[in-house]
Amino acid sequence: MRLTLHVWRQSGPSTPGKLETYPIDGVDADMSFLEMFDMLNEQLTLEGKEPVAFAHDCREGICGSCNMMISGQAHGPWKGATTCQLHMRAFKDGDEIWVEPWRAKAFPMVKDLVVDRSAFDRIIQAGGYISVNTGGARDANEILIGKEVVDESMDAAACIGCGACVAACPNASASLFTGAKITHLGLLPQGQPERDRRALAMVEQMDLEGFGHCTLTGECQEACPKEISIDVIKRMNRDYAVAAARYVEPKETAGAG
Amino acid sequence: MTELNSRIPAGPIEKKWDQHRFDMKLVNPANKRKYDVIVVGAGLAGASAAATMAELGYNVSCFVFHDSPRRAHSIAAQGGINAAKNYQNDGDSVYRLFYDTVKGGDFRAREANVYRLAQVSVNIIDQCVAQGVPFAREYGGLLANRSFGGAQVSRTFYARGQTGQQLLIGAYQALERQIALGKVKMHTHSEMLELVVADGRARGIVVRNLLTGAVTAHAADAVVLATGGYGNVFFLSTNAMYSNVTASWRAHKKGAAFANPCYTQIHPTCIPVSGEHQSKLTLMSESLRNDGRVWVPKKQGDTRPPSQIPESERDYYLERKYPSFGNLAPRDIASRAAKEACDDGRGVGPGGLGVYLDFADSIKRLGKKTISERYGNLFDMYQRITDENPYEVPMRIYPAVHYTMGGLWVDYNLMSNVPGLHVIGEANFSDHGANRLGASALMQGLADGYFVLPYTIGNYLAGVKPEKVDVNTHPAFTDAVRAVKQQGETLLGIKGKRTVDSFHKELGKIMWDKCGMARTREGLEEALQRIPALREEFWRNVNVPGSGASLNQSLEKAGRVADFIELGELMCRDALHREESCGGHFRVEYQDDGEAQRNDDDFAYVAAWEWAGNGQAQRLLKEPLVYENVKMATRSYK
Repeated sequence: MRLTLHVWRQSGPSTPGKLETYPIDGVDADMSFLEMFDMLNEQLTLEGKEPVAFAHDCREGICGSCNMMISGQAHGPWKGATTCQLHMRAFKDGDEIWVEPWRAKAFPMVKDLVVDRSAFDRIIQAGGYISVNTGGARDANEILIGKEVVDESMDAAACIGCGACVAACPNASASLFTGAKITHLGLLPQGQPERDRRALAMVEQMDLEGFGHCTLTGECQEACPKEISIDVIKRMNRDYAVAAARYVEPKETAGAG
Repeated sequence: MTELNSRIPAGPIEKKWDQHRFDMKLVNPANKRKYDVIVVGAGLAGASAAATMAELGYNVSCFVFHDSPRRAHSIAAQGGINAAKNYQNDGDSVYRLFYDTVKGGDFRAREANVYRLAQVSVNIIDQCVAQGVPFAREYGGLLANRSFGGAQVSRTFYARGQTGQQLLIGAYQALERQIALGKVKMHTHSEMLELVVADGRARGIVVRNLLTGAVTAHAADAVVLATGGYGNVFFLSTNAMYSNVTASWRAHKKGAAFANPCYTQIHPTCIPVSGEHQSKLTLMSESLRNDGRVWVPKKQGDTRPPSQIPESERDYYLERKYPSFGNLAPRDIASRAAKEACDDGRGVGPGGLGVYLDFADSIKRLGKKTISERYGNLFDMYQRITDENPYEVPMRIYPAVHYTMGGLWVDYNLMSNVPGLHVIGEANFSDHGANRLGASALMQGLADGYFVLPYTIGNYLAGVKPEKVDVNTHPAFTDAVRAVKQQGETLLGIKGKRTVDSFHKELGKIMWDKCGMARTREGLEEALQRIPALREEFWRNVNVPGSGASLNQSLEKAGRVADFIELGELMCRDALHREESCGGHFRVEYQDDGEAQRNDDDFAYVAAWEWAGNGQAQRLLKEPLVYENVKMATRSYK
């Protein structure tokens, strides 16, 4: 098939960008969207132009690198799929497609379709973990966890950190991402000791990074390639409220000896 | 000439690791913070090692070329992780896991390393659960297990089809915690392009910042490479697009021996190639062979749709040839059997390069709901790529390059022959011999990172003084920086007519045809003519657009492909010299009716190749393999 692509080109964070139009021919329905971009880049290279920079790696929907806003939809028209899993049979001959980067204040522009998502790492650093050093863990079967609980935890843990939720949200909120981690760990018995601290610290970091607030629009769960439900945001809000009411900073003198 | 000393501790195999841990020197807690350690890569091995060493008190700097350590390719592992827990009461033990792994590796792995791997496997599961990894559980709250190829017990722990993701997220979170505590300094978008060897030991690395193009040197008291495998030398593989050999290769060129490069794992269950545009291959987890039956039509060139081929005209060839292991035969054997069926003209799908993986019986027996609970995400992935519904028609699968057992040579302490340079995870060669069993890569990565290297590196560091070195003046560092800058400028200056990808594809085709599932003397000799010619053309005719001063994905790739071309040549040389068939290395001349024919008299050794200079053939060093506990035998899964 023959397509017309309008692709966002921007050489760096401080230079202005614009949409460039590229016709592309010979696209096969079995190609993935990124293989279509490989083809475009080979074409641009042979024409002596600079290829389009875009983030990608595993190409099987799990690393969370790829991030394209495709005709206004994060990861394009297929539900529950990343950009790399989107295949060209979703389009038809003659289609025009607009491809842009994720746009959010907390995801600064790097180049073309690449943005900086390190804010997500800093939200995890704030408390998205269980504090256990290597060694000394007790036998894994001594912690009993019901199947229903671990399944719900796994639903949240499936997050790949791609940022589609932020890109799709009219407020550029990271609540689905943050709520997913708070839910994954907060549901498990191992996650209880730090549950209050985790919710407070992660939400605070999310605000510091410049993400917007959640107004329960629900765009995030529609865009999420792992179909994480906004129930995780409900859980985050509840954990945050409870923690804010009861959490007391550990005394500085405690534990000395 | 370099001597390889494997430093395997003396004593009975079940005591070696405990005794060695006692014998090793320790760095006292107050002194640990005086030592700097560089870790390159943050997949399962790198992230777990960096986090654990930081917990112990070392100053760790971790370098990744991704934008975040959570993107490493360990994340894509689907099926599971082995551990000798014997939770299923089916007769598993440390010894059985050890035995299965040595046998699965076709008696080409080092016994002592494998035994230690089996020992610490049980600690890994405990550690991961403590971190919050949501492994699958039974209704009663206990951990669930599934079976995997090459084993007759159920010892594989899993988190749906996303086990690698969940284990990596666990290690990543432990790492992020240490970053927040200031014990790990994380360098993202930083690609290692040179190892710095000063005064006879590894003292640092040179990296290029992929966003700014800045080339910088970093010093440490020890360097750890956790940079994964090199399957992308074949262009098409199940590896991520960025996976590459560059860090290992640059270390090789600085003296680190490269062991068993020809041992490549071709995974039997991948989605077949659909066209010329294909950029990578997608794995369908081996766990599917628990409930899927592999078959091809009995008749050659049978083009009927599968539903119209009656039972009596189907050949369930794995069940027929290997009745005791059936569809769970190890990967090398299952792949070769698929190739054999296709070569015989009985393959299915476009080009006849495919076999069926059929779930109809399991769906009838267990119901669609159970199958969907076990493999739902894999079935969805398959449908997205092929536009076929595997609940209704059998999957079509074909073998694809998946894992590389070879890698930098290391001793029992996971240190290479360059003092101070440690290599962990898929990047080293040590535990899988000539074939890796399913669900053992995750086990090895985390064993090395959580439970082996953090101890053994102390033994090395206790023997060296923590000395600072000035990277701006020490000639080993300034020379390395200059060499990296020079290579970038050379690549950008060639301005030839061919794209980087076109070279990579051509190399991949040579490797797949001549050094893939079946290798011959003639084919390998031909490849050894063609690859040097390709290398020569690359350096004359590659076109790398853009500049070196900003994000330039073509320039990054050009450096990696240049290294792949050199590696490809070494792999062919290794495959040519190994005149036997074992595991993933199948030489057509050495077979017994399709089964690999090993030659233990002449080839029971690790082939470690030492760099001898540009354009020169590497020198072969041998580490003999001695089996004191497992009797070497012809591997049988019949």
